[in-house]
Amino acid sequence: MSGRQVIVVGGGLGGLWATLVIAGGGHRVMLFSLFEMMRSHSVCAQGGINAVLDMQGQHDSVEQHILDTLKGGGWLANQPPVKSMCESAPGLIRTFERMGVTFSRTPEGLLDQRLFGGVKKKRTCFAGASTGQQLMHGVDQQVRRLEAEGRVDKHEWWELLSLVKDADGVCRGIVAMDLRSLEVRAFRADAVVLATGGLGQLYTPQTTCSTNSTGAAASRAYQQGARFANAELFQFHPTAMIGEDKTRLMSEAARGEGGRVWVPKDPTDRREPNRIPEAERWHFLEEWYPAYGNTVPRDIASRAIWKICRELGHGVGGGDRVYLDLTHLDRAFVETRLGAILSIYRKFAGTDPLGAPMEIFPAAHYAMGGLWVDFEHDPATGGVKPDSPRNHATSLPGLYACGECDYAYHGANRLGANSLLSASYSGRVAGEAVLSHLAGIERGAEALADAPFAAEVARQQSINDELMANRGGENPYRLHAALGALMTSRVGVVRDNAELDAALAEIAELEQRAAHMDLTESTPWANQTLAYARQVQDMIRLARVMTASARARDECRGAHYKPAFELPLPASKAASSATAGGNADPAWEAYMARWQANNERWLKTTVAEHTPDGPRIDFEPVDLSVLAPDQPRDYR
Amino acid sequence: MTSIAGADRPALRGDGSADGARDTDPSSGSAADTQRAHSRSVELQIRRQDAPDAAPYWQRFRIATRPGDNVVSVLRALRADPITADGERVDPVAFEHNCMEEVCGACAMLIDGSPRPACSALLKDLGAVIRLEPLPKFPVVRDLMVDRARLFAALKRTRAWVRLDGHWDNHERAPRISQRQWAADYLYSRCMSCGICLAACPQFPDAAGRPADDSAGFVGPAALGQVRLLNAHPLGRYDKAERLHAIMADGGLTDCGNAQNCVRVCPKEIPLTTAIGELGRQTTVQAVKDFFGV
Repeated sequence: MSGRQVIVVGGGLGGLWATLVIAGGGHRVMLFSLFEMMRSHSVCAQGGINAVLDMQGQHDSVEQHILDTLKGGGWLANQPPVKSMCESAPGLIRTFERMGVTFSRTPEGLLDQRLFGGVKKKRTCFAGASTGQQLMHGVDQQVRRLEAEGRVDKHEWWELLSLVKDADGVCRGIVAMDLRSLEVRAFRADAVVLATGGLGQLYTPQTTCSTNSTGAAASRAYQQGARFANAELFQFHPTAMIGEDKTRLMSEAARGEGGRVWVPKDPTDRREPNRIPEAERWHFLEEWYPAYGNTVPRDIASRAIWKICRELGHGVGGGDRVYLDLTHLDRAFVETRLGAILSIYRKFAGTDPLGAPMEIFPAAHYAMGGLWVDFEHDPATGGVKPDSPRNHATSLPGLYACGECDYAYHGANRLGANSLLSASYSGRVAGEAVLSHLAGIERGAEALADAPFAAEVARQQSINDELMANRGGENPYRLHAALGALMTSRVGVVRDNAELDAALAEIAELEQRAAHMDLTESTPWANQTLAYARQVQDMIRLARVMTASARARDECRGAHYKPAFELPLPASKAASSATAGGNADPAWEAYMARWQANNERWLKTTVAEHTPDGPRIDFEPVDLSVLAPDQPRDYR
Repeated sequence: MTSIAGADRPALRGDGSADGARDTDPSSGSAADTQRAHSRSVELQIRRQDAPDAAPYWQRFRIATRPGDNVVSVLRALRADPITADGERVDPVAFEHNCMEEVCGACAMLIDGSPRPACSALLKDLGAVIRLEPLPKFPVVRDLMVDRARLFAALKRTRAWVRLDGHWDNHERAPRISQRQWAADYLYSRCMSCGICLAACPQFPDAAGRPADDSAGFVGPAALGQVRLLNAHPLGRYDKAERLHAIMADGGLTDCGNAQNCVRVCPKEIPLTTAIGELGRQTTVQAVKDFFGV
């Protein structure tokens, strides 16, 4: 093989998987990361990774995994990629296992599986409650081996600033900044893969995300023409610790293993939780959703907690908090299976979750939306065509995206433990697509004229120079705090068009202010404020895309909840076989008619495109070729 | 290393004026900032260094705190308005952090002389004066940022990986592993590459005067823990001899001086000295095998 040059940006699970595949295919990979790979946010994933192994005697099936994922996502995901992902999941687990990942075991020494949200089967493989870290160890070690063999060239402490396109608009490299020397340099490549993660920092500090999950890289690609899809679909995790500096995740596994969410029945009850008798506790999830109880999907759990605290004034102590209780469970069992989150709670809250219930509230967690990516439908299997160069290709030729920065698998709401799966699977598929893409390239990037690279370096350098010289008086740290407060209050769990209009006006104002920043330092070495200021500017631009997309979607779907457009479910529960026209209940018949009419109008992917006047929002159809969307989401 | 250069600077101004200097900008609109201004304050004494070869110096900052604050959260707050206790506006302090929940390993530093993650160092457990220094043994990049490339180089030296044929699925079912073995192995896979054990290890050589990809000094406890882990894995076992030979060479296992600092400071409570003990037995067996050529 000739061995072409590929750039992968991002050293989390998606980027490392793509790197393994591309370098394994005989090409040279330059792997860019803001820091050493093991600092990536993938290590924060706790509860597990879904794969149908049916190890627990529950007759689980891949078909059920596909259905749960599609329905859990409000039917908004393109179906062939979801089908292929679910089918590939068991093989991915086996591969991780070979890499040395320490998956938890049953007494027979087999892979253990536990329950997660939005499903009825134990389908989640896990490694204690630090599954993300364990999977990362596996791929990080494999990439290190390739690095030792000279097949991967790591560029740690470099930040992507922009893409370089040739005269035909094909992405042929990147411009990046050395975060230590601040050198701005162009790198050529025959394909570029973005695996740059999520964007929870738009909601700072009320987010479970790491401080580098800014979405800045995806924002930069968007501003250079890559389309951004379903930006409004953002997940608020129901069970995050209360915190002023960060709201730390308490895994959904806590509920999957039997944890219960409750508040005192009497909202004025100020007793210690352990002194409140069972009969005086309100397990509102179990009451409202008897079929799924505490393991309803995340959008539903978050809205329920929101309703308890904000609408009913029933939060613990009248505040924004409810209890997540593990104290009734066997201590040794919980310690073995959830040790990592117990340790986080003990260290940061100072109390033991085995002694008293944890206090939690929803927080910004995961972007279902992201860079628009293509796929090639395979009529032979109904999934995606293996090795098609279209898979995970963004709308910019030569640019691929995988992991949380793409939009592909989760529709309007992601099911727990499907993110480690989609990050791994999409990284592998993107890598395979790049291999096919490279096979069709006649002239390598090394032969290209220097001009577009030099021009882009000059453009980026001038942005840096301007920021370093600017004394506009706006502080980047305060601008970011203002953005986080604005997004949390106006583009959060519950949305309203008047609020969204106000948010758009405020974002426009923030964008103006961000053009007049004062870095307060001009040090030419390891100047962290410069990189941060640029991220803040690009976060504000991404916030605008998100808010404009939220404004455009006038309905409730998954995590996007606009009460003004809600279609309330009939009071009675649908028969489990309920489908269109299959209900005798007239209330359900009427509901199904309205639900399907709403789908006609809104079951579409939101696609944002950058223009000088702001995002242009459009919609495109969803590929529904696997399962007709005939089941509304009723988890009661 | 423990003398405080800032100690001979002029006395602190009153807390009130320091707080006033911190946040008068109404645009921040943060309730947190308002609350911060009303609680107790601490003094941070920070060992600063502008560049790798620059001379270190100390600066003191007085900062108001909020309940639940940790060293990372106050360093983050300080960035917005880096004014020393003497009222001098200075460059923000460079430091690393990311997850803020003690799993990414980025924020390790020396806090009151002890190496530990800064995010889980809660202010309520620390004194009114907190001394912050970069993690020792590693080259300083700037201020509290260090370059931990040596840690990852040690993982290469010890071949801390399983040799896979490739990334594809070979349809082979996962090997059986007892719960007992899982529990023992899992302890080592909680390593977050923070470098704290190396900072505390008397045998792990200081970076000063050594090549960046230090190839002869003691590999250190972190990498040895990974050798222990991979040698136990059903596939990793196949390359056990190679890994053992790597740690039987110069800078390997026998350089451990048994100070046991590593196991005391590891924030994840990884039993590193147990690993070193097990590897001692494994290398002994390996040496016998090598002698007889089996």
